[in-house]
Amino acid sequence: MNTILFQLFGALATILLAFTVGMFYGGIRRKIIARIQNRVGPPIYQNFLDVIKLYSKETSIHHGAMQHMGPVFAITASITSLMFVPVLNGEGWFWFKNLNFSGDLIFLVYMMVFGSLGMALGAGQTGNPNSAIGVTRGLSQMVGYEIPFVMSMVALMAQFHTTSITGLMNIQVQENTWLMFSNPFAFIAAVLAMLGMFHYSPFDIVHAPAEVASGPVSEFGGKYLGLMMSSGSIFAFVKLTLFVNIFMGGAANLIELVIKTFALYLIPVLYGVTSPRYRTEQAITYFWKWPLFFGVIAILWASF
Amino acid sequence: MYNDNNAQTIVEYIKNFTRKNSLFMLAYGTGCGAIELPATLTSRYDAERLGVRGAATPRQADLLLITGYLSTKTLKRVIRVYEQMQDPKYVIGFGSCTINGGMYWDSYNTIKMLDKYIPVDVYINGCMPRPESVIAGFKELQRLISEGKADGATKYKENLDWYRENQKKVLKNWPLVEYNW
Repeated sequence: MNTILFQLFGALATILLAFTVGMFYGGIRRKIIARIQNRVGPPIYQNFLDVIKLYSKETSIHHGAMQHMGPVFAITASITSLMFVPVLNGEGWFWFKNLNFSGDLIFLVYMMVFGSLGMALGAGQTGNPNSAIGVTRGLSQMVGYEIPFVMSMVALMAQFHTTSITGLMNIQVQENTWLMFSNPFAFIAAVLAMLGMFHYSPFDIVHAPAEVASGPVSEFGGKYLGLMMSSGSIFAFVKLTLFVNIFMGGAANLIELVIKTFALYLIPVLYGVTSPRYRTEQAITYFWKWPLFFGVIAILWASF
Repeated sequence: MYNDNNAQTIVEYIKNFTRKNSLFMLAYGTGCGAIELPATLTSRYDAERLGVRGAATPRQADLLLITGYLSTKTLKRVIRVYEQMQDPKYVIGFGSCTINGGMYWDSYNTIKMLDKYIPVDVYINGCMPRPESVIAGFKELQRLISEGKADGATKYKENLDWYRENQKKVLKNWPLVEYNW
């Protein structure tokens, strides 16, 4: 009984950690963008203010049942993915061992899509044409980046004969190396796919405010927007931690985790802030050229 | 405990603090004032350091910025946009045209006083107001919010009949549904 309670507290602490870290990363991103554009920029806790304000707003919009469930699906998917990603190496942190099983990497590849699908359902119910365009763009882009991402994951699974994240982490601890050196092409393909996963510029075709009025979320205000922002922050943490776990040897403590995830987070941020937005077909063909090539090379590297 | 006055005051203080420091702005830029907004938001004047940020749709916005004159045709859209926004919401009238008609004071096709049609919290005077005055207007709105005085939305709900009457005087083909709240 006690262990279950401890696990639950640990899970809550993990969610809080993911939320806080994701929110601060978002704030730091806004600050970085501002400094690059020679502005002062908002304070780094600005995203917290935004979220508290959004949660305290009234939300009296009704377009149908799915519209209320879409944001819930999104945050459910984020938290579920979070539960399967080990935060730290070894015995977990804060009494919380993640819900890993042999095959959770495959599960996670599916689970990470679920949030976008839930949001697509919710946005579809609102009937806003901008939402529909945003959803089609998002799903097309997902077809783009999922292929190199899955190829890189498959390469790792085939190379190390395990489909578990903790298995991959243990291999790195035992062999005292990082998988980004053991299979560099898988790392390159996955990082290029991550650029699309983050939906930051130049791949922000889904939320492009000037083109499709923020796309899927265009009919969502107040608490729903707050839910989606929280979900996005948690999901950013999930993605970064997963990449750190798989490719960069995981982290022994929280400080190491923050340093490694932030270093990884700088790639999409800095790539985005210096690049203008792609068109939809440019974004998809981007993923189907070099990232796909590196994915194929990674699989060949794994098999020979 | 939850109805304790001090607790309510603290909650209100936090709410107002976040509201004033995180204004999602929807710029209704059909008037000439819209040209001042890029300068306000980009690197020279940088309104984002005050927490002011552009919102893409009325659903997400807290702050409606009416930049300049409104013809009767655009007034329909403004009313619609204003009623789509979620509480708490604020309106800034931008430029002389929203105060007394400005240079369009004798036009047959524009409204003269914006306050008769939707409640305005803060006016920014000038033709055109420069980005400094726009930022001063944002500051003024933030002061009003922190003091809890930016209550245009409640005013609109309480005096809906009066606003509707004024709106229907200029809009002959009434475009919106009638509400009964």
